[in-house]
Amino acid sequence: MKDTSAEGDVRQIEPASPGQPNRLPGGRLDRATTLPFTFDGKAYSGHPGDTLASALLANGVRLMGRSFKYHRPRGPLTAGSEEPNALVELRSGARREPNTRATTAELYHGLVATSQNRWPSLRFDAMAINDRLSPFLTAGFYYKTFMWPASFWEKLYEPIIRRAAGLGALSMKPDPDEYDKGFKHCDLLVIGSGPAGMMAALTAGRSGADVILADEDFEMGGRLLSETFSIADQSGADWAAQTVAELSSLPNVRLMPRTTIIGAFDHGIYGAVERLGDHLAQPAQGTPRQVLWRLTTKRTILAAGATERPIVFNNNDRPGIMGAAALRTYANRFAVTAAPRVAIFTCNDDGHRSAADLHAKGVKIAAVIDTRPDAPRATDYEVLAGAKVTDTRGRLGLTFAEIALADGAARTIEVGALGMAGGWNPNVHLTCHQRGRPVWDDAIAAFVPGGTLPPGMVVAGAAAGALSTHGALSQGAEAASAAVSELGNRTDPDNLPEAEDAPVAQTPFWYVTGADRAWLDQQNDVTVKDVKLSHREGFRAVEHLKRYTTLGMATDQGKTSNMAGLAIMAELAGKTIPGLGTTMFRPPYTPVPIATFAGRIKGRAFHPTRLTPSHYWAKEQGAVFVEVGNWLRAQWFPEPGETHWRQSVDREVAATRASVGICDCTTLGKIDVQGTDAAVFLNLIYANGFAKLPVGRVRYGLMLREDGIALDDGTAARLAEDHFIVTTTTANAGKVYQHMEFVRQCLVPDLDVQLISTTEAWAQYAVAGPNSRALLRKVVDPAFDISNEGFPFMACGEVTICGGLRARLFRISFSGELAYELAVPARYGDALMRRLMAAGQDFDVTPYGTEALGVMRIEKGHVAGNELNGTTTAANLGLGRMVSKKKDCIGSILSERDGLNAPDDLRLVGLKPVDPSAKITAGGHLMATDGPVDAAHDQGYVTSAAFSPTMGSMIGLAFLRRGADRLGERLRLVSPLTDLTVEVEICSAHFVDPEGVRLRA
Amino acid sequence: MTYSGFRVIREALRGDLGWGPAWRDADPKDHYDVVIVGGGGHGLATAHYLASRYGVTNVAVIEKGWIGGGNVGRNTTIIRSNYLLDGNEPFYEMSLKLWEGLEQDINYNAMVSQRGIINLIHSDAQRDAFIRRGNAMILNGADAELLDEAAMRREYPWLNYEDARFPIKGGLAQRRGGTVRHDAVAWGYARAADRRGVDIIQNCEVTGFRTKNGNCLGVDTSRGFIGAGKVGVAVAGNSSRVMALAGMRLPIESHVLQAFVTEGLKPILPGVITFGAGHFYVSQSDKGGLVFGGDIDGYNSYAQRGNLPVVEDVCEGGMAIMPMIGRARLLRMWGGIMDMSMDGSPIIDRTHIDGLYLNAGWCYGGFKATPASGLAFAHLLATNAPHDTAKAYRLNRFETGHMIDEKGMGNQPNLH
Amino acid sequence: MIIDHPLFGPRDASEFVYLGDASLMDRPDWKSETAAQDFHAYAYLRDNPAGPHRELWFHEGGDRSWLVITRDTVTHEITRVELARDVARKQRAPQ
Repeated sequence: MKDTSAEGDVRQIEPASPGQPNRLPGGRLDRATTLPFTFDGKAYSGHPGDTLASALLANGVRLMGRSFKYHRPRGPLTAGSEEPNALVELRSGARREPNTRATTAELYHGLVATSQNRWPSLRFDAMAINDRLSPFLTAGFYYKTFMWPASFWEKLYEPIIRRAAGLGALSMKPDPDEYDKGFKHCDLLVIGSGPAGMMAALTAGRSGADVILADEDFEMGGRLLSETFSIADQSGADWAAQTVAELSSLPNVRLMPRTTIIGAFDHGIYGAVERLGDHLAQPAQGTPRQVLWRLTTKRTILAAGATERPIVFNNNDRPGIMGAAALRTYANRFAVTAAPRVAIFTCNDDGHRSAADLHAKGVKIAAVIDTRPDAPRATDYEVLAGAKVTDTRGRLGLTFAEIALADGAARTIEVGALGMAGGWNPNVHLTCHQRGRPVWDDAIAAFVPGGTLPPGMVVAGAAAGALSTHGALSQGAEAASAAVSELGNRTDPDNLPEAEDAPVAQTPFWYVTGADRAWLDQQNDVTVKDVKLSHREGFRAVEHLKRYTTLGMATDQGKTSNMAGLAIMAELAGKTIPGLGTTMFRPPYTPVPIATFAGRIKGRAFHPTRLTPSHYWAKEQGAVFVEVGNWLRAQWFPEPGETHWRQSVDREVAATRASVGICDCTTLGKIDVQGTDAAVFLNLIYANGFAKLPVGRVRYGLMLREDGIALDDGTAARLAEDHFIVTTTTANAGKVYQHMEFVRQCLVPDLDVQLISTTEAWAQYAVAGPNSRALLRKVVDPAFDISNEGFPFMACGEVTICGGLRARLFRISFSGELAYELAVPARYGDALMRRLMAAGQDFDVTPYGTEALGVMRIEKGHVAGNELNGTTTAANLGLGRMVSKKKDCIGSILSERDGLNAPDDLRLVGLKPVDPSAKITAGGHLMATDGPVDAAHDQGYVTSAAFSPTMGSMIGLAFLRRGADRLGERLRLVSPLTDLTVEVEICSAHFVDPEGVRLRA
Repeated sequence: MTYSGFRVIREALRGDLGWGPAWRDADPKDHYDVVIVGGGGHGLATAHYLASRYGVTNVAVIEKGWIGGGNVGRNTTIIRSNYLLDGNEPFYEMSLKLWEGLEQDINYNAMVSQRGIINLIHSDAQRDAFIRRGNAMILNGADAELLDEAAMRREYPWLNYEDARFPIKGGLAQRRGGTVRHDAVAWGYARAADRRGVDIIQNCEVTGFRTKNGNCLGVDTSRGFIGAGKVGVAVAGNSSRVMALAGMRLPIESHVLQAFVTEGLKPILPGVITFGAGHFYVSQSDKGGLVFGGDIDGYNSYAQRGNLPVVEDVCEGGMAIMPMIGRARLLRMWGGIMDMSMDGSPIIDRTHIDGLYLNAGWCYGGFKATPASGLAFAHLLATNAPHDTAKAYRLNRFETGHMIDEKGMGNQPNLH
Repeated sequence: MIIDHPLFGPRDASEFVYLGDASLMDRPDWKSETAAQDFHAYAYLRDNPAGPHRELWFHEGGDRSWLVITRDTVTHEITRVELARDVARKQRAPQ
C-alpha cells in the first residue's frame, strides 16, 4: 500500500463550523457563539459546550501532550476525567494550573492553554531521546544502577532525574482565587446522572425524599449525552433534559453538576468538590472557584457508570488512538471527529456502535477490526472479523494501522484515528474507599462492586455491571425505591421508560499476542515489556507490580491501565485475574486542588487570633506583640528613643522593681470550681493539699499527670467554702480543663462539684512593685482593707473598684515584688487598664510585656513552660516536697517509680556566667569545665536565659544532675549549634530576694 | 546476580530476558534458627543484618501478605536523626549512617537522597527548644544547623513570610536528612537477605506461638508449624494483635496516619520542610509529586484509612505556609496503622517468654529507623543483649519510670 | 465520623477530642499493696483490639461531657454512645 500521509487525505466532511475542519453536524453545542482560545500561543476557536480537547480536535489538533518518561507524543485517550494523556497547563500567571485534563476543561472565551513536560516545544521535544533509550530505561532500572560512587547520587544522577521528571509546573505564586467549604445533609445522595442515576433521583425525588444528584460533568445526563439510543420514544439526551427539568422543579431535589464525589468516608459522609469558577476565565466576583462539601447522607446510590478499556498492541499510544466510545462521545456530543478517516478495533459489539454512530455523522470508517471470528457484519463499511491491529505508524499522530487478518495476511490501512473498544469496567472506585474489595464477574469479564460496601451505599447501572440502558434505568429505580422505603417514604411503581435492553456480554481481549512496546499506562509509559520484566523479577503480586513498574500510579490512578496490566500478569503467572487480586482504590476519585481542601483557611486565617480586652490599648502604646498559642500578648512597650528591644525590657523591669508596673495576664487559664466537694476535688487534682486552705487565701498548686510528670502549675484561690478559682498557664488552659473534667466525670462522678472555664470572662492585670498597693488604693473602693495586715501575701477576695464595679483581688506575685492580680469582667478590661495607667501617673507606672515578665520570673526562679516541658517531675523542679504522701492525688503512685527518682536526677538550678559580660543561651548543655564535650558527658541543659538588669549580667535556669548539691560549682555551658562556650557558676534559682521579703512587704 | 549500570546495559541489549527474581518466593522449612514475623522494612532489615553481620543465615521472614505491604510502603519517605533525647538520638544517628551506606551494602539503589530537612521556627520559646535539640544532635555526633529568618528567605524564598499567622523566624536544619524510595528499601533488603540464604515466605500468617516451659518453640502459621530457635516479631501496626497470641498486653495503641501525594510537578522543593505549628510536612519525590502529611487522625483504628477533617487540617497547614501550592492537585490519600507507644518511642526487647523477641511501637517514625531497627534487633536476636544504641528501648521502662518522651506528652499515645 | 451524642443527637466528630480506652475510668486504689503494678497496668497497658472498642471522647466543642463510645476499630462503626458520668456512677453503685 502507498505510504501517504493521512493529513493530506481528501476531506470526507464538510466543516460545520468555519475554521474547524473536523467539526461534524449536530452535537450539544451553542454554534451561535464562537469562543476564541489559544493553545501553545496559536489561536483557535470552538463553541460553548466544547471541552478544550473537543475544540482542539475540531481544529485538527491531535497532539496535546507528552508522556512522562519517554516523552512520547500524545493526544487524548478519552473524553472524560480519566484522561491520562491530554494534560495541559491551563490559564496563565498566578492562575496557572498544571496537569489540567483537556478532556474536562470547559472551553471559555479567551482560554489560554500551554503544553507541558516538553522542551523546547511540543512538536520537537529534546527529551524524546528517552524514547530511543527506552531499552535501557525499563521498569525499575534505576534500582539497579546509579550506585557508584555513592556521593554521585545527590550530585549528579538525581538532579538530572529530578529535572526531567514532573509533569506541569506551578506558577510559584499564591493562588488569587477564593475557596470555600460547606455542609449538606440529605436522605439520598445519587452519584452520577446517567440513566441509572437520573432514574434513581427521579424515583426518590417524586417520593418526597431529600435528594442530591451530583455529577462531575457540566451537563447532566452522563452517557446519555454521548449515545443515540432512544428512551421512551425520544433521544436519550432529550429524555435526560426533560428529566433534569422535572428534577429542577422538585423543591426536595438539589442538582449539583460540575460536582465530583471524591470519597466515601465514615458514617455516610461523602466529600464533594463543586467547581463554580473553572468554566470561566476567572471566578465571578465574590464567588469561590471551588467548594468542598461534606455531604452527610442516609443512603447513597452509586451510579458512576463505567470506563471503556483500551486494547494493548504495539504503538497503541499515538495521537489519534483513543477509546472507541470516546470517539463516539466526540462525534455525538461534541460534533467532532479526531480525523476524517477512522478505524475501530474491537472485541465486542460496543465497538460497532461507535462505527455506526461515526458513519452516521459522515465520518469515513476505514474498517472495523473485530477480534472475534463471528463478528457482526455491516453494510456501510468493512468489518474484518478475526483480525487484530498489530502496529501503528505516525510520529506526531496516527497515519497508518497495520492489521493481521484472520487468515494471517497483513494489511495496512490509512487512518487518522483508531478507536479501541476493549469492553467496559464498572466504576467501582467509591465502593472500595472503606476497603471493600470488588469481585470478578465472568459475564462481563470485569470487576464489579462486592464485599462490604460503605454502609448505606447501593450501586446501580453500569457501575454495578448493568451495561444496557434498560438495565441502568431499572436498577436506578429499584435502588431508589428500596432506599426511600427504608427511610419511610413511598414510591409509585413507576412505569419505566422504554429503552434498549441488548444483552451485554464482554469477552475479554486484553492484548495482541507478540505486543511488547505496547502501552498499558500511557502517562507513566508502562508497557507490556515492563510487566513481563516485573514477572520475571518476582514482582508478581498486584501491589508489587504497581509499585515496581508504576503501573496505575499516574494521574488517572490506573483507571485506563490497571485491568490490562493485571490481565497480562495473571496470564504470565498462570492465575486468574481475581486470583491475582486488585489494587486498592483510594480517594479522591479525581485529583483535587490542595487549596480546595483548605477552603478559606490560608495566611493569617490559618488559626483564630485571640486578643485580650486591652489589646487595642496596648496597640495604641505601640506595643510589640508575640504569639502565645493563639493569643497575641504584648511583648514589650518601646518608648521613643529605644532602638533595641533590650532597652525597653530592661527599663520595664527596673521600673517595676523600683516603683510599679502593670502586666496584662488575662491569657492565664481560669477555671471556676464550685460545689460542696470542691476542696475534696482539688485535693485529688493537685499534688499538694487543698482541703485546709482557708477562705480568702490563695495557694500555689502543682498538678501532675497520672504518669507522675508535672502537668501544670498555678494557683487556686478560695473565695468561699464551696468556691475556688483555679489558674493555669496560658498554654495549658484547655488541657488542664479537659483533665479536670475527666477526673470529675469519669473518676469521681459522685462528688458535688461543677467546673466552668472562665478564661474569657475575666480580664486580669498584675500590678507589681513596691508602689503597687498605693496604686491599688486609688482604684479599690475604700470599704475594702488592702493593708498588709488586712490583705496579706496570698490573700484573695471579692472587692469593688472605681465606685462599685465588682472585681476580684489576689495578692500573688510572679515577679517577686509586692504584687497583686486584679480581675474584672472582661468588658471592663480596657477601661481598667486605662484607669490604672492614669491612677499610676504619680508613681511613674510602667506597662510591661511578656519579656519583662519572663526576666522577673527567671530572677525569682519561678518555673514556666520552658521548665514544665512534659518530662519533668516535681522533684526535678525542686518541688518534690509538694507531692503529699498522705492523700491520693493524680500522679502520686507513678511518680514514685525508680526511674523518676534516680540519685543523679536533674534538679532546677540557677546559673550565671563567670564573666558577667558573657552571653549564655537557653538550649545550651552543661559539661565539666574541662574534658570531653559530648553526649556521654552531658550533665544538664539550660531551660531559660535572660539578661537581668537587677543582677547586671545574663542569668539562667537549668536542669542539672544532682543540681541541688552543686551550688557554687563551675561548669561549661556549651552550645555548638550557636557556636558558644562559656564558663558558668551554678547558684540558687532565686536570684532576687530569696527570702521573699519584698512580696510580703 | 549483582546489579550495576554495566549489567543494566548488557541485559537491555539482550532484551532484558536475563534477569531473575529479586528474591526467591520460598516455602517454609520445618525449622529455622531464627524466624522473623513480619516482612516489612524492619523484619527484612533484621534478616539482612542477621545474615550479613552476625552470620546467622538459617533465617525465615514470614509475612501474612506480600513483603513491603505495610508501613514501609505507606510512609512519607523521610529520613533524619533530629532527635532530642539521649535514649533516641544515638540510635537514629546510627540509622542515618546506615542509610548513607545502604546502597553499597545491599547492592540496590533505594535512592537515599540527603537533600536536607528543615524544621521551621516561629517563636523564641521554640527556638530555645530547637537550640537544645540541635545541641543534643551535635553532641551525639549528628549534624545540625540553626537558620535565622534571613537564611530561610534565601533558601526558601517562596514560603509565606509576609502574611503568615505564625511568622517564620528561622529553622533547624539537618543537611544529612532527606528522603528514600520507600518500596525499594523493602525490596533491597529482601534481595540482600535472600542472597545470603534467608527464606522469605509470603502469604504466611502467624496464628499462634508455641511455647513449652516458658520457652518459645516456634510459630503456628496458616502454612503449618514452623519451628524456631528464636522468634522475633516486627509487625508494627499490628503488634498488639500478634502479641496477644502470646498472652501479652502492650503499651501500644493502633492509630491511623494519613499521607498524601499530588500529581507530578516540575521541581520546586529540594528538601523536606516541617511546619510543626501547622502539623504539615512535605517533600517532593523524584517523580515530582509533593508527598505530605500531618497528624494522626487521633482515634484507635486498624482501618488503613482516615477521614476528611484531618485531610483538611493538613492542607490548611500547607496553604498557611506555602500559598503557592494551592493549585497543585492532591492525587491520592492513604492511611497506615501506627503502633503508637505510650511515650512515643519504640521497643526492641526480649519478652517474658524465652526465645520470643519484640520490635514494636514505632509510632509514625519507623521508616527512618529501618536500618538501625534491623541492626539492633539482629544484635538482640543474635547475642541476647541489647545493641548499644537501643538500650533504652526496654519493654518494662514504663514500670521502672524510664520513659523516653520526646514530646513530653505522657501516657496518651495520640499526642506523641 | 458522626457521634450520636445522648443529649444532642448526631454531631460531627470534629467537635470531640479523643482520649483512649474506657478502662482509663477504672483507676486503681492508691492504698492497695499492689498499687504500683496496678497503676502501671492502668496507665500504660492496652487491649488495643481490632474490633469493638469502648473508648473515651470529650465533647470539647460542645457541652464538655465525656462520652463512652463503643466503636469498631476496623469498620469505625459506632454502636453505642453513653455519658461517661452515667457509666462511672453505674460502675460505682453497690451491686
